[in-house]
Amino acid sequence: MQTLILLPILIPLAGMLVNAAFGGRIGGRAAGLIATVAVAASFGISVVLFAQVAATPARAIGADFGPWIRVSELNVPYGFRVDALSATMMLIITGIGGLIHLYSIGYMKGDPRTPRFFVYLNLFVASMLTLVMADSFLLMFVGWELVGLCSYLLIGFWFTDIKNAEAGRKAFVVNRIGDVAFVLGLLLIFFTFGSLSYGEVFEKAEAMKGAAAGVLTVITLLLFVGAAGKSAQLPLFVWLPDAMAGPTPVSALIHAATMVTAGIYMLIRSNVLLEHAPIAMQVIAIVGALTAFVAGYAALTQWDIKKVLAYSTISQLGFMVAGVGVGAFVASQFHLLTHAFFKALLFLAAGSVIHGMEHRAHETGQHGADPQDMRNMGGLRAKMPLTTLTFILGGLALAGIPPLAGFWSKDEIIAAAAKDNPIAFALLGLTAVFTAFYVGRQIFLVFFGKPRSADAEHAVESAPTMTIPLIALAVFAVLGGLINLPKGFPGEAWLGDWLAPVVGKEPHEPLNLALAGVFVALAVAAIAGAVGLYRRFASADSVDPLTRLGPLYAVSSRKWYLDEIYRAVIIKPFYMGASFLARIFELGGIDGIVNGAGRLATEMSETLRELQTGFARTYGLVMLMGAVAILVYFLVSGTAR
Amino acid sequence: MNETTPYILLSALLFSIGAVSVLTRRNAIMIFMSVELMLNAANLAFVAFAKQWGQLDGQLFVFFVMTVAAAEVAVGLALIVAIFRAKKGTDVDDLSVMKN
Repeated sequence: MQTLILLPILIPLAGMLVNAAFGGRIGGRAAGLIATVAVAASFGISVVLFAQVAATPARAIGADFGPWIRVSELNVPYGFRVDALSATMMLIITGIGGLIHLYSIGYMKGDPRTPRFFVYLNLFVASMLTLVMADSFLLMFVGWELVGLCSYLLIGFWFTDIKNAEAGRKAFVVNRIGDVAFVLGLLLIFFTFGSLSYGEVFEKAEAMKGAAAGVLTVITLLLFVGAAGKSAQLPLFVWLPDAMAGPTPVSALIHAATMVTAGIYMLIRSNVLLEHAPIAMQVIAIVGALTAFVAGYAALTQWDIKKVLAYSTISQLGFMVAGVGVGAFVASQFHLLTHAFFKALLFLAAGSVIHGMEHRAHETGQHGADPQDMRNMGGLRAKMPLTTLTFILGGLALAGIPPLAGFWSKDEIIAAAAKDNPIAFALLGLTAVFTAFYVGRQIFLVFFGKPRSADAEHAVESAPTMTIPLIALAVFAVLGGLINLPKGFPGEAWLGDWLAPVVGKEPHEPLNLALAGVFVALAVAAIAGAVGLYRRFASADSVDPLTRLGPLYAVSSRKWYLDEIYRAVIIKPFYMGASFLARIFELGGIDGIVNGAGRLATEMSETLRELQTGFARTYGLVMLMGAVAILVYFLVSGTAR
Repeated sequence: MNETTPYILLSALLFSIGAVSVLTRRNAIMIFMSVELMLNAANLAFVAFAKQWGQLDGQLFVFFVMTVAAAEVAVGLALIVAIFRAKKGTDVDDLSVMKN
């Protein structure tokens, strides 16, 4: 059992090493198969571990693999732990990850650097599993940084286009800001509790109760800033829309289903600390709800099929964070799970659409229109029936239409916010309506109406390696809600009971019929409104009917001017400061000292060299005279005796 | 005035001749030979004192001096050949290019 715990991490790692060593020789398809089989094996072992956890009374199994860091009081072992929460995360990571690996075989076909792609993808799975299986904050941080590295490598995978490389760099730099706060949080945890292992920290935090409220507030806020970087919350979410520069399977796996949820996982894992820091909870709830609102609003007017989904992801992550903030940890994890299903599905289906749109350009060798711009699409329903069906199911799940998965989880968060935090509730409610609108807009623009470009007319359905994962994910997106039904339904609140050992027992709530009814009605109305508005959107150069909103439209389509604000407030002053240091401080100060030292030596030696004649005989004479002088001195003083 | 004195006088004479030659000669080979003269003057003094005190240290030292002198000849002659090739002569006063 000891080594079994490590296997889910080690197998993808082995797959990565094999592909890194031989990937170039065996080709992209074989590398893809190896990587997919490795993740599938990891999934199998995760299922076994899940069953073992379920069979253990304590609902947790763990193992130490020797000491890692031992410096005076700091003692961190290579400790891994599988409990209810991490087992759930492991199934998401390896299950959805496996499907996305399979999909990537089809998606990356023909790219000469496919083996390298799978090397990164396997490394990501291993790192993400390390993150969720770690038994201490420090080991979690190792996984945390590794997934950040994989994200950077995969966003900039097509780095020959400078824009992609810049997007990768942006993601990396913005994440560093969060990571600094995370590290400070870790230090404060260590100084307060003298340990970094979950068990000890949480035990001591419970024992201290109110006595540590102040320091716990600081710790949890620092951890939250870290989470805000990784999980794309205000004000650090600007990297995620740009991260769509990576290949679409990467967007699905890393930037929708798993890595971006690492922040949520970390917050849920720290629920014991959060419960003693009510002020931090308030902040988290408001920031989460505000992020959901801001990103949901920006998603309304995007034209890029992946950008809509990117803002939608930020918005949904905001829901999860707000859920944590109002103390609904189970609902938050529930939404994380269902969102992983339907958002991965939406991204993969979007990738399938992009593939279909690129088909004509590949066949004829002509340069096609932008394959990601929804203005060029339309009418794809007839060409890509499977993609259409699965995308619509995923979209409706996202919009919160019952009985699809998203309805149950989103409703739980909104209901919890309604009780706890009216501001968060208002923002989240408004966002839910936005969500339904942009889902309706996207589905209608892409799949319905008439084709608006030659590419759309000649689109074809994707290969089975791509459609099989779509179907599998669609099944989960439809049925995923069953795992945590409200009180009064058969098998009610299974997830809540399952997670109870980690997050504490939360009461089963019955479905709030009035609230759910209102939101379903609003969602249906928003979708209908979107369809009505975009029915007249006939050609690729039509004007978005929302432009009639004037400045409100501009704010949304320019994404709240956040990039512009950052450029003016942070990047420009930074460059100015750097240029000041370069010209005044570096050239004038430091170079001045160095050059001055050299000049001083030169000038002093100019004076001394006048004494030199350059004739060897002169030097010999001087030496002789010196020797004679010393001899005479000793003879006269008499010490030579 | 004991029996060592004549040896020391001869040694001093040889050393002075060598030193003056080193300082006045301009031909590198002559300078080289004068250096050898000075070395051997020192050797003579070593041997003379060794005899006077009845100790072998001085004689032992002479062997070292002779070894070093042999090595010096090998390096020195090679240098002189190199100088001759570069300057078409062995006048040491030509070797003042470091000064301007």
